[in-house]
Amino acid sequence: MPNLKTRPDGLRESPMKQVLAKADAERATGDVFAAARGRLPGVGLVAQIRARAFDVYKRAGLPHRRMEDWKYTDLRALIGEVLPLAPRPDAEALVRAKVSAKQVAADQAVKLVLVNGIFAPELSDIGRVENGVVVRSLREVLEDSATGAMAGLVLSTTSDSAISLNAAMATDGLVITVNDGNAVKRPIQIVHVATGSSVSTYTRSYLQLGKEAHAAIVESFVPAEGASGYQANDAMIALVGDEASLSYIRVAAAASDAVNISSAIIAVGARAKLDLFSMTCSGSISRYQGFITLTGEGTKLSANGVNLVRDKLHADTTIVVDHAVPHCTSREKFRAVIDDCGRSVFQGRIVVRPAARKTDATLTSRALLLSDQAEADNKPELEILADDVVCSHGATSGALDDTLLFYLRARGLSEKDAQMLLIKAFIGEAIEGITSENLRDFVTVETERWLQARR
Amino acid sequence: MALLEIRDLHVGVENRGIIRGVHLNVNAGELHAIMGPNGSGKSTLSHVIAGKPGYEITGGQVLFRGENLLRMEPNERAAKGVFLAFQYPVDIPGVTTTNFLRAALNAQRKARGQQEFSTPEFLKRVREVAGSLNIPQDMLKRGVNVGFSGGEKKRNEILQMALFEPSLCLLDEIDSGLDIDALRTVASGINALRSPERAMIVITHYRRLLDHIVPDIVHVMSRGRIRKSGGKELALELEACGYAQFEDAA
Ligand SMILES: Nc1ncnc2c1ncn2[C@@H]1O[C@H](COP(=O)(O)OP(=O)(O)OP(=O)(O)O)[C@@H](O)[C@H]1O
Ligand SMILES: [Mg+2]
Repeated sequence: MPNLKTRPDGLRESPMKQVLAKADAERATGDVFAAARGRLPGVGLVAQIRARAFDVYKRAGLPHRRMEDWKYTDLRALIGEVLPLAPRPDAEALVRAKVSAKQVAADQAVKLVLVNGIFAPELSDIGRVENGVVVRSLREVLEDSATGAMAGLVLSTTSDSAISLNAAMATDGLVITVNDGNAVKRPIQIVHVATGSSVSTYTRSYLQLGKEAHAAIVESFVPAEGASGYQANDAMIALVGDEASLSYIRVAAAASDAVNISSAIIAVGARAKLDLFSMTCSGSISRYQGFITLTGEGTKLSANGVNLVRDKLHADTTIVVDHAVPHCTSREKFRAVIDDCGRSVFQGRIVVRPAARKTDATLTSRALLLSDQAEADNKPELEILADDVVCSHGATSGALDDTLLFYLRARGLSEKDAQMLLIKAFIGEAIEGITSENLRDFVTVETERWLQARR
Repeated sequence: MALLEIRDLHVGVENRGIIRGVHLNVNAGELHAIMGPNGSGKSTLSHVIAGKPGYEITGGQVLFRGENLLRMEPNERAAKGVFLAFQYPVDIPGVTTTNFLRAALNAQRKARGQQEFSTPEFLKRVREVAGSLNIPQDMLKRGVNVGFSGGEKKRNEILQMALFEPSLCLLDEIDSGLDIDALRTVASGINALRSPERAMIVITHYRRLLDHIVPDIVHVMSRGRIRKSGGKELALELEACGYAQFEDAA
């Protein structure tokens, strides 16, 4: 059932205030688009698509809490306005970006770096891209009349206004195609580096994984030294072919006063295998939203995630898994570790369409609260429109278990080390689903970095 | 000096007295058994010695080699050689037994200023000890106590004791849930660790365990106090007559 909860009257804003707030926000964002237009790649059809996407965005405005999917992350209240588009990174920014990109580089990976929303070939391993894989920048694809026809697909939108804004404003991104039957050996790592202050950035990437192809994509988000107060809005469109297999690992860090919104729209073919993992480690306001549609029978999806939240940070992970056809399996495990006054939001919706008989879907979400002020919002939802399905969800939240802590301390571990061991084990439940040991280690190192910084 | 010296210990939970004046001296090399009815405070006593939070110490002292144990963190006590085999060992999913044992052993060694074991050295030791207790290698790869049977959990406690080589071992109902063969294995594991430098306090309800590990002294605990102490024949007497005779003593 669609979730149509009514809101207590006390929380409703006055209509007048709403109109004013909306008008202000529109003016601000309208200016942003008008000012940026000349710099956005693509003319003709592409420009039309952008203008249409912006109209859609303008009608809705920034996502706010009266939109059901954004009820816990009210961007309109939290960020108020959209900042001006970031300028192209200059030589100095590229130097800083290079340092950060290197810090997050995954072992063996072919690195593709986007700096402030612009592809930086000089920081990327273009020469190491394997045979059977084609990598182009979004700019190139949108400006080339031969490939411009792809624009409709690459700049796809949904009813989500953050995604529409992204389609309108995307300055660059990566368009990656993997040929049918091709098993890509090394992970392909897209690194988003933010170098600016008080600017907004937009990238849009596209991945097409051919039939029976195998690949691992890592996506990292990292702020460079000195980056602050920026707003990053990124999106990935991915098509996974029949019998293909994709591991898609995402690790997001952002400056402590920055906003990071990223969206993934993924369609998966038949008898395919998709392992999705997303972790958010920092950023003032982070939102990851994944929309995964299973369009072919016999496919197996694992979609796991972790939010690591401290200080006054806010991290929202929202995953919608849409079973459109019969005989698919989806497994979701989400874990949040929340310290200080942090807030973690997890929304997990499983939709089982009328045709999707024999669907097998489960979702568990657990939050570990390390302080009294920590907050976890958990909203699992099942929308089951078919018969003969197995679906379940479970959500819990709580503190570390004192009995376990004492057992470990009685064996010689300090209180802090005992806590650390239990937190790692908790996060590990979501990480263990990553099939590649190399990538599992990559993610584990990031979690340890976060844990080490615990006071 | 006694290895462990408990003087007039009083412990409560939520203003209710649970340990109500315990005196106990345990010398290195001795094995003491504590028997007593359910709820008499045996586990509480062992928890307080090991440093479990949540108890109010309302009076008395606990000295370990003359040092005030009650002021130390549980991990400091472990590093100094206090070991508690839990009546109810907990499951720790996501932490493999091997990793747990290595982290614990090295934390203790580090606290004592000893060199940490290298991975191969450590693994060699664990394999030896596990072998002597009939603990299969694959159990070491599983989460701590996850999916272990009651008897396997108890054997895992003895494995830890053998690995850590503590000088004071508190064994809280190590025999509960063990079948006859497992009881023999566990008892021989305990006997193998008896030494002139090491003391043990064995809490049990059954004489059967004490047939295998013969105590030097048997104490009867009831309603928060040690009501009677004697030789190993006291265990036989208890089995014949029960605890009722001690209820109103002292
Ligand atoms: N944390 C606690 N809160 C409240 N009461 C407690 C707590 N711990 C122990 N008690 C009480 O103290 C008393 C002694 O408990 P303890 O576990 O020490 O007994 P025991 O002698 O080990 O019993 P058993 O033979 O059943 O294991 C019991 O009445 C128990 O309910
Ligand atoms: Mg007990």
